[in-house]
Amino acid sequence: MLKIENLHATVDGKQILRGIDLEVGAGEVHAIMGPNGSGKSTLAAVLAGRDGYEVTAGRALYQGQDLLALAPEDRARQGVFLAFQYPVEIPGVGNAYFMRAALNATRKARGEEEVDAIDFLELIKSKMQLLEMNQALLSRSVNEGFSGGEKKRNEILQMAILEPVLAILDEVDSGLDIDALRVVASGVNGLRTPDNAVVLVTHYQRLLNYIVPDFVHVMDEGRVLRTGGKDLALELESRGYDWVTQGAGTGVTA
Amino acid sequence: MSEALANGYLESLLQGQSNLPRSPRGWLNTLRADALERANALSVPTTRDEEWRYTDLSPLYQKSFHHAPPAALPARAELTAYAVPEAGCTLTFVDGHFVPELSTACADPALTVMPFSAALAEQDPTLQAHLARHAVLGDDPFVAVNTAWLQDGVLLRVHAGRSAATAVHVLYVSTRAEGASYPRLLVVAEANGECTVVEDFVALQPAAYLTNGVTEVALADGARVRHVRVQRESIAAFHFGTCAVRIGRNARYLSSAVALGARISRFNLNITQADEGAESVLDGLALIRDKQLADTHSMLDHVQPHGRSRQLFKSIVDDTAHAVFNGKIFVRQGAQRTDSAQQSRSLLLSPRARVDTKPQLEIFADDVKCAHGAAVGQLEAEQVFYLKSRGLDEASARNLLTFAFAGEIIRGIALPSLARQLEHIVLQQTQKQTSYRNIQ
Repeated sequence: MLKIENLHATVDGKQILRGIDLEVGAGEVHAIMGPNGSGKSTLAAVLAGRDGYEVTAGRALYQGQDLLALAPEDRARQGVFLAFQYPVEIPGVGNAYFMRAALNATRKARGEEEVDAIDFLELIKSKMQLLEMNQALLSRSVNEGFSGGEKKRNEILQMAILEPVLAILDEVDSGLDIDALRVVASGVNGLRTPDNAVVLVTHYQRLLNYIVPDFVHVMDEGRVLRTGGKDLALELESRGYDWVTQGAGTGVTA
Repeated sequence: MSEALANGYLESLLQGQSNLPRSPRGWLNTLRADALERANALSVPTTRDEEWRYTDLSPLYQKSFHHAPPAALPARAELTAYAVPEAGCTLTFVDGHFVPELSTACADPALTVMPFSAALAEQDPTLQAHLARHAVLGDDPFVAVNTAWLQDGVLLRVHAGRSAATAVHVLYVSTRAEGASYPRLLVVAEANGECTVVEDFVALQPAAYLTNGVTEVALADGARVRHVRVQRESIAAFHFGTCAVRIGRNARYLSSAVALGARISRFNLNITQADEGAESVLDGLALIRDKQLADTHSMLDHVQPHGRSRQLFKSIVDDTAHAVFNGKIFVRQGAQRTDSAQQSRSLLLSPRARVDTKPQLEIFADDVKCAHGAAVGQLEAEQVFYLKSRGLDEASARNLLTFAFAGEIIRGIALPSLARQLEHIVLQQTQKQTSYRNIQ
């Protein structure tokens, strides 16, 4: 589904990604871990098409096509979803209106019929129940005045509405208490199918107790230093990142 | 521009004024004569005048406009687009002339609403007591010219202690190229009276014409007035408006002023919080494009203690349009415990769009809270990206964000039908802006 080869990227002329290789197959959950500044979030941003990142070498194939050549909205319409580490507040745009506009933009691009406001309300309310979200958030402006936990749930709600093929969740666990984490994780787990894939970018192992990965990749200084199964995350938890970054993790095995 | 030419321009606007029929009320004839004298003593503004620094009126001076009755009245159907169902009555002026056939009477027992002609016939003391007492003849030539032409207008009186159940709608329709109209509205809210008034300036054709209006609002103690002013003149028109407001003890004035039309528009909002505990909430929005210039000058004078004021002015400027906001706040020595906040926020949609925004605070009391801020910017890239990452294309994302920026002001308009009309206009205009941009 996603094949990243030798990906290099810079921000403001500064090299952040220095040769990422990663392959994600349908039905898989991948965790990308690493210390702060290792390039995890940059990788997520480059895949989603954020401005200000320049790909200097390598490529990313999504369903066989050149993902990096697509505009951000086309990536979204073809099923790539980024849950933001810091969801953006948009004063004046109603949350429900925004999500319906997003869903219909995607449906229109696929040649499907648009969903009207009434059907959409039914859909979104059922999804909100699964995420134990307060329905008052529907009529509020997008993310405006939401608590940290509400913002993260709102991201997963969008994921639930848009049903992406490839979901990239950037530190979706940061700032969540244990109850919220469980809700968000069960939301993500509930959206897993044999046909889609999830890439979790996270600093901590904690999230992986709830969303169990098939593969764990450890990044540092813009490279994947080590790849393993879910046990790798546990080992990191007990031994720290230094164990990988200072020599123990030798070969790039992805 | 030479002084002679400038003076000549005011003279040209006053041509025919001497043919106005004399009023049976001597005080009105005196008022007009004073105004004429004042207008003759003044010259039209140029950018050398501090109050007009950013607003070059030379395009106006190249055109001539004349006050005359409408050639033909518009059909009722032509005005349905401007209907405000929440209003209990509509007073329609065509090219500055009151048209009873296109107006409805006000049945609200809390209000007396009538054209000046009726008020003069009845010798209503309110008119004489308030007319031109708030928008006084000062240095503004446009107020002087309007007052010299004083003939038709609306008197809206809110009876003491009564609250109007419906809004009053005053519709100013321009139909003639080269026409000049001088609308006049007087709102007098007696003690603890409460009302909502809508002024809407519209055009039936994209002609160049002149509107020069004056509105006066007097709020007695404890009164509440909501005032909605929509300026959607033709894109070739010239619009000048002054609204002078006097707010009494514990009275509250709420204003939403929206400027969408006119080649050049200037709106002066002069508020005097004349007594203790007076309050004003002033919302403003200018949404302009092409070569439009929209200038808002506000003057908010806190005279007595415990006053409160909240002002939010927003502009959305595209193409080579130019928005001006000058917000003066005075807090007089006696106005202790004043709580005032002013915000101006501008959104520039094109690299050649321009905004001049100037807060101007003069505070003579020491125990006050006065906040002000001005922000000029473009759409936030982070917000655009967020929307795009959810599948919206660039144009839709920008439209939605522009619409949301305007929405804060439009949502504050308590008449749903009018708010919907305005939302529709804003949406259309933002979409037009996008297609325009795509062509370039």
